[in-house]
Amino acid sequence: MKRTLIFAAAASALAFAASASAQNFVIVNGTVATGDGSDPIEGGMVEVKDGKIAYVGPERAFETTTVYDVAGKWVTPGIFAAATDIGLADVGGVSESNDSSANGSPYNAALDISTAINPSSQHIAVSRAGGVTRATVTGSPGRSIFAGQGATIDLGADGQPITVAKSFQLVALGEAGARLAGGSRVASQAELRNALREAAAFAAGTWEGGEAILTRADAEALVAVTSGKQKLYVHVERAQDIRGALGLKREFPKLDMVLLSVSEGWLVADEIAASGVPVIADPLDDLPSSFEQLAATQSNVGRMFAAGVKVAIGGIDTFNQPRNLTQYAGNLVALQKVPRASGLSWGQAFAAITSVPAEISGMGGKAGVLTAGAFGDVVIWDGDPLELSSEPVTVYIDGVEQPLDNHQTRLRDRYRDLNESDLPKAYDW
Amino acid sequence: MRYRAFAILGGAVALAACSATSDGKPASASDASAAKADAPYPSTYSAYPGAPTALIGATIYDGAGGQIDGGVVLFSDGKITEIGDANLAIPEGYSRIDGTGKFVTPGIIDIHSHLGNYPSPSVQAHSDGNEATSPTTPEVWAEHSVWPQDPGFSRAMANGGITSLQILPGSANLMGGRTATLKNVPSRTVQGMKFPGAPYGMKMACGENPKRVYGGRGRMPSTRMGNFAVNRQTWLDAKVYADGDRKKRDLAKETLAGVLDGDILIHNHCYRADEMALVMDMAKEFGYKVSAFHHAVESYKIGDLLKENEVCSAIWADWYGFKMESYDGIPENAALLQKAGACVVIHSDDDNGIQRLNQEAAKAQAAGARMGINIPDAEVISWLTLNAAKAMGIDAMTGSLTAGKMADVVLWNGDPLSVYSRPEKVWVDGALLFDSGDPKRRPVSDFELGQPGEGDVK
Repeated sequence: MKRTLIFAAAASALAFAASASAQNFVIVNGTVATGDGSDPIEGGMVEVKDGKIAYVGPERAFETTTVYDVAGKWVTPGIFAAATDIGLADVGGVSESNDSSANGSPYNAALDISTAINPSSQHIAVSRAGGVTRATVTGSPGRSIFAGQGATIDLGADGQPITVAKSFQLVALGEAGARLAGGSRVASQAELRNALREAAAFAAGTWEGGEAILTRADAEALVAVTSGKQKLYVHVERAQDIRGALGLKREFPKLDMVLLSVSEGWLVADEIAASGVPVIADPLDDLPSSFEQLAATQSNVGRMFAAGVKVAIGGIDTFNQPRNLTQYAGNLVALQKVPRASGLSWGQAFAAITSVPAEISGMGGKAGVLTAGAFGDVVIWDGDPLELSSEPVTVYIDGVEQPLDNHQTRLRDRYRDLNESDLPKAYDW
Repeated sequence: MRYRAFAILGGAVALAACSATSDGKPASASDASAAKADAPYPSTYSAYPGAPTALIGATIYDGAGGQIDGGVVLFSDGKITEIGDANLAIPEGYSRIDGTGKFVTPGIIDIHSHLGNYPSPSVQAHSDGNEATSPTTPEVWAEHSVWPQDPGFSRAMANGGITSLQILPGSANLMGGRTATLKNVPSRTVQGMKFPGAPYGMKMACGENPKRVYGGRGRMPSTRMGNFAVNRQTWLDAKVYADGDRKKRDLAKETLAGVLDGDILIHNHCYRADEMALVMDMAKEFGYKVSAFHHAVESYKIGDLLKENEVCSAIWADWYGFKMESYDGIPENAALLQKAGACVVIHSDDDNGIQRLNQEAAKAQAAGARMGINIPDAEVISWLTLNAAKAMGIDAMTGSLTAGKMADVVLWNGDPLSVYSRPEKVWVDGALLFDSGDPKRRPVSDFELGQPGEGDVK
């Protein structure tokens, strides 16, 4: 037992500047939430070796001399932000900086988001400081119902954000898809089916470019969807549109589908559960914001979960901020105390922003969970990560300690006081 | 309105947000100016019946910075009668509610909302917040756009404890029109929601929105200097009117004259510090006062100026980066302002955010604590109660649990600064209008009747 080797590496020691390479280290004495849906445990141990989680569990003997005693703090996997737009824009309203959609492009399904992700974006830096370590990133549809191929990324400060490129395609049905397709749901269904048939023809070598509606690149890209090699995220809200989306699986049995948003999912929760299709839901929508969201309620996630649906919380854009996923999850815990509402336990809610979105993305067992063999994405928090008063103290991605400073922290430090008696604020940096 | 949820729903992001400001002179129903402001669409609101009630044993945040652990709140006939510690005598005839382990605050007030004028469902037919046909439209009144059946009012009460709110015109225009201050009660008419005796506000907007909307049409203003030129000429013309006999009625100039008279409070959408400083100088130039800057994400850069000019900052906890003028937003804004001695109000500008002003305040408090600015919980609660009321000119009537004020009260099932807490009961003027334990004590708008989800917990 090398417990005696521990040097006093409490909070202050965790503030060391990030090293460029993965460290081998052990974290002891924290409240450990593994992200798998279980409740947090006191005094667990997390060992990280060669950039991966090597061990999680009761404290045991270990080899390394780098030991962090984090008494009073929480240790968790990094937050996994599902279906965000981080890295695609510096400022949403500044079109020059915004790569999230391409209204003037002839290409749609072929668009490859991974070519535009900017790891130096402040939204990446701010999200990282909020404990977000991985994400799936999607563009927005431009001229067709297809948004293009999303990417799975990490938020590390190493200039290498892409974990998996082209990890999914996104299609908008419902009201959004209807408008894009020409004015009605009928048109979006025709567009979708034509596209999938053209892709099948492309795969079979029978696609005829001269007669086709899709560009060659779009038809080629959709082959991965029709063959089931690439996930298809379907944005849909209304209960009947959800049924319709699930019905696509009968027509195109190889589709590897994920439902996105699903404000009225609770009305058809049993049907979703029976289909085995997982869901990424925007958790706090409770207004009839549109005629396809009339039944929206904050109990949506809890009710789907109770019905056996695999549900992640996601779809949080840079405006709503991925760092607030913890707050969203906490709100679902709060519903447990509200009569007639359906919430989640703490462990379930935390899983909905860690392991479950990771599993849906295809990264099950690798991201969003503290388990042997997973990425060394570990966050140490100064309290319950779902509580409003808590924030990350230290963030590791692939075992590498990450910088947590950004434009916001620099502004905070500059304007800590307003003293300009010697020099203007511009010299304070 | 603003862009929410998935990016695929479209890019209206930069159009978000309007604002208003105020700072406050107390007003009361008996003020001549307030009475004038109420005409010609006077409030028909009157309190619903309530029972004399004693909330016992809860932690009380009084909204004015005070905290009483295990205290007692008494209200009767629609008014707060007394608050005190456990020794406070409870008069006969008061029904007792055990609040042990729970918390009591004044009703939460949102100084910046578009419920009713951008109601749900947010379809074009409901887009009544911006009269975006001229850069200055001080003649329009938000109350003429408010749809009282907006389902958002009930969510704001049930999840956010909102008892009063100000509805503003949007930010397309430099001068967007008059605001409407409402009690959050279901009503068939907007007059039935109007806060009796509340002064009017006028919405102004600086920065990107007006110049984009009108510049995009090839007309003035297309720049920030154009914004100021149009504003200054409009104020000059208004002063001529205000200094005259005012006999020829001019709806736009009546509003502006009301501002110059000090009867109508200015709520100014303005993000950037440098622009706020210019606006404060413009206010001095023409002899009016800004009550509050709304969306003031850069207020922390000029806390000293804002304190000196007694202007409140109505802000989000952490919104930033969605438009250029929001790029320097930081979560420590509220705490830095509080440290500078300036007035802080937490606002929503959002039909979802209005359901969580308490949580937004808690995040802002936590951001301050991490940089060494420790603000007591009870003072944080004033950001969404008394400070908002002051900036709206209604603090003599609501905003704190003070004897004689309206019994606008929220009983929370836990600490309102925790993510794990929700309103358990909400009283407006002493009437119990929301009870999480009673399925029927929850408003259902006409729009929701017979629809999927009717009467759900939401």
